Amino acid sequence: MAFRSAVITFPGSNCDRDMAVALENVSGTAPIRVWHGDAALPDGLDFIALPGGFSYGDYLRSGAMAARSPIMQAVVEAAGRGVPVLGVCNGFQVLTEAQLLPGALMRNAGQTFICREVALIVENDSSIFTGGYRKGQTIRIPVAHHDGNYFASDDVLDRLEGEGQVAFRYAEKCNGSRRDIAGVLNEQGNVLGMMPHPERAVETIHNGTDGRALFENAIKGLVAA
Amino acid sequence: MKVQIHISLKPGVLDPQGRAIHHSLEGLGFTGVNDVRAGRLIELDVADGMSDGQLDEMCQKLLANMVIENYRIEKLENA
Repeated sequence: MAFRSAVITFPGSNCDRDMAVALENVSGTAPIRVWHGDAALPDGLDFIALPGGFSYGDYLRSGAMAARSPIMQAVVEAAGRGVPVLGVCNGFQVLTEAQLLPGALMRNAGQTFICREVALIVENDSSIFTGGYRKGQTIRIPVAHHDGNYFASDDVLDRLEGEGQVAFRYAEKCNGSRRDIAGVLNEQGNVLGMMPHPERAVETIHNGTDGRALFENAIKGLVAA
Repeated sequence: MKVQIHISLKPGVLDPQGRAIHHSLEGLGFTGVNDVRAGRLIELDVADGMSDGQLDEMCQKLLANMVIENYRIEKLENA
Protein backbone atom coordinates (compact mmCIF):
# COMPACT_ATOMS: atom_id res chain seq x y z
CA MET A 1 0.00 0.00 0.00
CA ALA A 2 1.25 3.49 -0.79
CA PHE A 3 2.76 5.56 1.98
CA ARG A 4 0.19 8.14 3.07
CA SER A 5 1.62 11.26 4.64
CA ALA A 6 0.51 14.82 5.32
CA VAL A 7 2.40 18.10 5.57
CA ILE A 8 0.64 20.81 7.58
CA THR A 9 0.96 24.39 6.36
CA PHE A 10 0.44 27.28 8.78
CA PRO A 11 0.36 30.94 7.71
CA GLY A 12 4.10 31.73 7.65
CA SER A 13 5.35 28.17 7.15
CA ASN A 14 8.17 28.29 4.61
CA CYS A 15 9.69 24.80 4.62
CA ASP A 16 6.42 22.98 3.86
CA ARG A 17 7.34 22.53 0.21
CA ASP A 18 10.86 21.28 1.08
CA MET A 19 9.30 18.76 3.46
CA ALA A 20 6.79 17.62 0.82
CA VAL A 21 9.53 17.25 -1.81
CA ALA A 22 11.69 15.22 0.59
CA LEU A 23 8.81 12.91 1.53
CA GLU A 24 7.90 12.36 -2.10
CA ASN A 25 11.52 11.84 -3.10
CA VAL A 26 12.05 9.13 -0.50
CA SER A 27 8.62 7.45 -0.53
CA GLY A 28 7.61 7.87 -4.17
CA THR A 29 4.22 9.28 -3.10
CA ALA A 30 3.41 12.97 -2.76
CA PRO A 31 2.13 13.91 0.69
CA ILE A 32 -1.31 15.43 1.17
CA ARG A 33 -1.08 19.14 1.91
CA VAL A 34 -3.21 20.20 4.88
CA TRP A 35 -4.07 23.79 5.86
CA HIS A 36 -3.94 24.98 9.49
CA GLY A 37 -7.61 25.96 9.47
CA ASP A 38 -8.79 22.48 8.49
CA ALA A 39 -10.65 20.82 11.32
CA ALA A 40 -9.74 17.25 10.39
CA LEU A 41 -6.82 15.30 8.96
CA PRO A 42 -7.24 12.97 5.98
CA ASP A 43 -8.08 9.40 7.03
CA GLY A 44 -5.51 6.65 7.37
CA LEU A 45 -2.35 8.74 7.61
CA ASP A 46 0.96 6.94 8.14
CA PHE A 47 2.98 10.05 8.88
CA ILE A 48 2.41 13.73 9.74
CA ALA A 49 5.04 16.45 9.27
CA LEU A 50 5.01 19.93 10.79
CA PRO A 51 7.42 22.05 8.73
CA GLY A 52 9.78 24.91 9.52
CA GLY A 53 9.03 28.57 9.08
CA PHE A 54 7.65 31.45 11.08
CA SER A 55 4.04 30.52 11.69
CA TYR A 56 1.94 33.56 12.60
CA GLY A 57 5.10 35.67 12.41
CA ASP A 58 6.34 34.13 15.68
CA TYR A 59 3.78 36.35 17.46
CA LEU A 60 3.64 35.89 21.25
CA ARG A 61 6.17 33.00 21.18
CA SER A 62 7.46 30.87 18.31
CA GLY A 63 4.85 28.21 17.59
CA ALA A 64 2.40 29.50 20.21
CA MET A 65 -0.40 30.52 17.87
CA ALA A 66 0.01 27.56 15.52
CA ALA A 67 -0.20 25.16 18.47
CA ARG A 68 -3.72 26.46 19.15
CA SER A 69 -4.91 26.34 15.52
CA PRO A 70 -7.83 24.04 14.62
CA ILE A 71 -5.76 21.33 12.89
CA MET A 72 -3.52 20.85 15.91
CA GLN A 73 -6.31 19.23 17.90
CA ALA A 74 -6.46 16.59 15.20
CA VAL A 75 -2.66 16.23 15.24
CA VAL A 76 -2.63 15.79 19.03
CA GLU A 77 -5.33 13.17 18.72
CA ALA A 78 -3.48 11.33 15.91
CA ALA A 79 -0.24 11.40 17.91
CA GLY A 80 -2.14 9.85 20.81
CA ARG A 81 -3.21 7.00 18.52
CA GLY A 82 0.46 6.38 17.66
CA VAL A 83 0.67 8.06 14.23
CA PRO A 84 4.29 9.23 13.74
CA VAL A 85 4.59 13.03 13.91
CA LEU A 86 7.78 14.83 12.87
CA GLY A 87 8.22 18.52 13.71
CA VAL A 88 11.20 20.32 12.26
CA CYS A 89 12.37 23.75 13.43
CA ASN A 90 9.13 25.77 13.78
CA GLY A 91 7.40 22.37 13.79
CA PHE A 92 9.42 21.45 16.91
CA GLN A 93 8.41 24.75 18.51
CA VAL A 94 4.76 24.00 17.71
CA LEU A 95 5.05 20.50 19.23
CA THR A 96 6.42 21.87 22.51
CA GLU A 97 3.78 24.62 22.61
CA ALA A 98 1.10 21.98 21.98
CA GLN A 99 2.64 19.98 24.85
CA LEU A 100 3.20 16.94 22.66
CA LEU A 101 6.86 17.27 23.65
CA PRO A 102 8.32 18.54 26.94
CA GLY A 103 10.38 21.71 27.27
CA ALA A 104 10.45 24.99 25.37
CA LEU A 105 12.55 26.63 22.65
CA MET A 106 13.93 30.02 23.57
CA ARG A 107 15.92 32.72 21.76
CA ASN A 108 19.41 31.47 20.80
CA ALA A 109 21.91 32.20 23.55
CA GLY A 110 24.01 34.32 21.18
CA GLN A 111 20.91 36.32 20.11
CA THR A 112 21.69 35.77 16.43
CA PHE A 113 19.93 33.76 13.74
CA ILE A 114 22.05 30.69 13.01
CA CYS A 115 22.04 29.33 9.45
CA ARG A 116 24.68 26.70 8.73
CA GLU A 117 25.36 23.01 8.67
CA VAL A 118 26.04 21.50 12.10
CA ALA A 119 27.35 18.15 13.31
CA LEU A 120 24.90 16.12 15.38
CA ILE A 121 25.46 13.04 17.50
CA VAL A 122 22.78 10.39 17.24
CA GLU A 123 21.69 9.53 20.80
CA ASN A 124 18.80 7.18 20.09
CA ASP A 125 18.86 4.61 17.29
CA SER A 126 15.74 2.64 18.13
CA SER A 127 12.83 4.93 17.21
CA ILE A 128 10.97 4.90 13.93
CA PHE A 129 12.76 8.13 13.02
CA THR A 130 16.27 7.29 14.20
CA GLY A 131 16.50 3.54 13.58
CA GLY A 132 18.45 4.13 10.36
CA TYR A 133 21.38 5.58 12.32
CA ARG A 134 23.81 4.10 14.84
CA LYS A 135 23.96 5.44 18.40
CA GLY A 136 27.04 7.66 18.64
CA GLN A 137 27.16 8.29 14.88
CA THR A 138 27.92 11.84 13.79
CA ILE A 139 25.72 13.24 11.05
CA ARG A 140 25.67 16.65 9.38
CA ILE A 141 22.35 18.50 8.99
CA PRO A 142 21.66 22.20 8.35
CA VAL A 143 20.09 24.46 10.98
CA ALA A 144 18.34 27.79 10.31
CA HIS A 145 16.71 29.30 13.37
CA HIS A 146 16.57 32.15 15.87
CA ASP A 147 14.71 30.34 18.64
CA GLY A 148 16.36 26.94 18.99
CA ASN A 149 17.70 27.16 22.51
CA TYR A 150 16.10 24.11 24.16
CA PHE A 151 15.10 24.55 27.78
CA ALA A 152 13.64 22.10 30.26
CA SER A 153 14.07 21.71 34.01
CA ASP A 154 16.79 19.38 35.33
CA ASP A 155 14.17 16.82 36.40
CA VAL A 156 12.72 16.73 32.89
CA LEU A 157 16.16 16.58 31.26
CA ASP A 158 17.21 13.70 33.53
CA ARG A 159 14.04 11.84 32.65
CA LEU A 160 14.51 12.45 28.90
CA GLU A 161 18.07 11.15 29.05
CA GLY A 162 17.11 8.20 31.25
CA GLU A 163 14.32 7.12 28.91
CA GLY A 164 16.32 7.52 25.70
CA GLN A 165 14.13 10.41 24.56
CA VAL A 166 17.06 12.60 23.49
CA ALA A 167 17.27 11.80 19.78
CA PHE A 168 20.09 14.10 18.68
CA ARG A 169 22.66 16.30 20.37
CA TYR A 170 24.75 19.10 18.85
CA ALA A 171 28.36 17.96 18.49
CA GLU A 172 29.48 21.59 18.44
CA LYS A 173 28.49 24.89 20.05
CA CYS A 174 25.22 25.99 18.49
CA ASN A 175 22.40 27.83 20.22
CA GLY A 176 22.83 27.37 23.98
CA SER A 177 20.44 24.42 24.29
CA ARG A 178 20.58 22.72 27.65
CA ARG A 179 22.76 19.62 27.44
CA ASP A 180 23.23 20.43 23.72
CA ILE A 181 19.87 18.83 22.90
CA ALA A 182 18.91 19.18 19.22
CA GLY A 183 15.96 16.78 19.04
CA VAL A 184 13.63 15.00 21.47
CA LEU A 185 11.16 12.14 21.26
CA ASN A 186 7.96 11.74 23.25
CA GLU A 187 7.64 8.89 25.73
CA GLN A 188 6.01 6.57 23.17
CA GLY A 189 8.64 7.36 20.54
CA ASN A 190 6.17 8.33 17.81
CA VAL A 191 6.67 12.11 18.04
CA LEU A 192 10.03 13.69 17.18
CA GLY A 193 10.87 17.37 17.32
CA MET A 194 14.21 18.64 16.08
CA MET A 195 15.67 22.04 15.19
CA PRO A 196 17.98 20.83 12.36
CA HIS A 197 16.37 20.32 8.94
CA PRO A 198 16.71 16.69 7.73
CA GLU A 199 14.56 17.54 4.67
CA ARG A 200 17.40 19.79 3.48
CA ALA A 201 19.85 16.87 3.42
CA VAL A 202 18.08 14.27 1.29
CA GLU A 203 19.19 14.58 -2.35
CA THR A 204 22.65 14.58 -3.91
CA ILE A 205 22.14 18.19 -5.06
CA HIS A 206 21.99 19.12 -1.36
CA ASN A 207 25.19 19.66 0.54
CA GLY A 208 24.81 16.21 2.08
CA THR A 209 22.31 13.37 2.38
CA ASP A 210 22.53 12.54 6.10
CA GLY A 211 18.86 13.38 6.61
CA ARG A 212 17.68 10.76 4.16
CA ALA A 213 18.00 7.85 6.60
CA LEU A 214 15.45 9.48 8.90
CA PHE A 215 12.75 9.47 6.22
CA GLU A 216 13.79 6.11 4.78
CA ASN A 217 13.59 4.39 8.13
CA ALA A 218 10.22 5.90 8.98
CA ILE A 219 8.78 4.92 5.61
CA LYS A 220 10.29 1.42 5.67
CA GLY A 221 8.92 0.83 9.17
CA LEU A 222 5.46 1.96 8.15
CA VAL A 223 5.26 0.10 4.86
CA ALA A 224 6.42 -3.11 6.55
CA ALA A 225 3.89 -2.67 9.36
CA MET B 1 -12.14 46.59 32.80
CA LYS B 2 -8.47 46.89 31.84
CA VAL B 3 -6.20 44.07 32.92
CA GLN B 4 -2.44 43.96 32.61
CA ILE B 5 -0.71 40.61 32.35
CA HIS B 6 2.95 40.81 33.30
CA ILE B 7 4.93 37.90 31.91
CA SER B 8 8.47 37.25 33.08
CA LEU B 9 10.98 34.47 32.73
CA LYS B 10 11.16 32.12 35.68
CA PRO B 11 14.15 32.55 37.97
CA GLY B 12 16.99 30.37 36.77
CA VAL B 13 15.96 30.52 33.11
CA LEU B 14 18.75 32.17 31.16
CA ASP B 15 17.60 35.41 29.49
CA PRO B 16 19.79 36.16 26.46
CA GLN B 17 17.73 39.25 25.64
CA GLY B 18 18.13 40.67 29.13
CA ARG B 19 21.84 40.01 28.97
CA ALA B 20 22.14 41.85 25.65
CA ILE B 21 20.19 44.84 27.05
CA HIS B 22 22.46 44.82 30.11
CA HIS B 23 25.50 44.84 27.88
CA SER B 24 24.12 47.77 25.86
CA LEU B 25 23.36 49.78 29.01
CA GLU B 26 26.95 49.29 30.12
CA GLY B 27 28.10 50.32 26.66
CA LEU B 28 26.18 53.60 27.08
CA GLY B 29 28.10 54.23 30.27
CA PHE B 30 25.41 53.32 32.81
CA THR B 31 27.18 51.69 35.72
CA GLY B 32 25.67 49.97 38.73
CA VAL B 33 23.14 47.83 36.84
CA ASN B 34 23.46 44.40 38.44
CA ASP B 35 21.12 42.41 36.21
CA VAL B 36 18.48 42.84 33.49
CA ARG B 37 15.53 40.53 32.86
CA ALA B 38 13.23 41.26 29.93
CA GLY B 39 9.56 40.31 29.99
CA ARG B 40 6.33 41.07 28.21
CA LEU B 41 3.27 43.15 29.04
CA ILE B 42 -0.11 42.22 27.61
CA GLU B 43 -3.07 44.55 28.14
CA LEU B 44 -6.56 43.14 27.97
CA ASP B 45 -9.83 45.01 27.92
CA VAL B 46 -12.33 42.53 29.35
CA ALA B 47 -15.97 42.38 30.42
CA ASP B 48 -16.45 43.62 33.97
CA GLY B 49 -17.64 40.27 35.22
CA MET B 50 -14.52 38.41 34.10
CA SER B 51 -13.47 36.03 36.87
CA ASP B 52 -9.96 35.53 38.20
CA GLY B 53 -10.29 31.90 37.19
CA GLN B 54 -10.91 32.82 33.57
CA LEU B 55 -7.93 35.18 33.53
CA ASP B 56 -5.74 32.48 35.05
CA GLU B 57 -6.89 30.03 32.43
CA MET B 58 -6.05 32.50 29.62
CA CYS B 59 -2.56 32.91 31.02
CA GLN B 60 -1.95 29.20 31.44
CA LYS B 61 -3.44 28.13 28.10
CA LEU B 62 -1.90 30.78 25.88
CA LEU B 63 -0.45 34.01 27.22
CA ALA B 64 2.40 32.45 29.23
CA ASN B 65 4.43 29.33 28.57
CA MET B 66 4.48 27.75 32.00
CA VAL B 67 7.68 25.82 31.23
CA ILE B 68 9.74 29.00 31.19
CA GLU B 69 7.52 31.89 32.27
CA ASN B 70 5.61 33.24 35.26
CA TYR B 71 2.70 35.64 35.01
CA ARG B 72 1.13 38.23 37.27
CA ILE B 73 -2.37 39.62 36.74
CA GLU B 74 -3.00 43.25 37.59
CA LYS B 75 -6.50 44.67 37.35
CA LEU B 76 -6.67 48.40 36.66
CA GLU B 77 -10.07 49.08 38.19
CA ASN B 78 -10.34 52.73 37.19
CA ALA B 79 -8.89 52.49 33.72
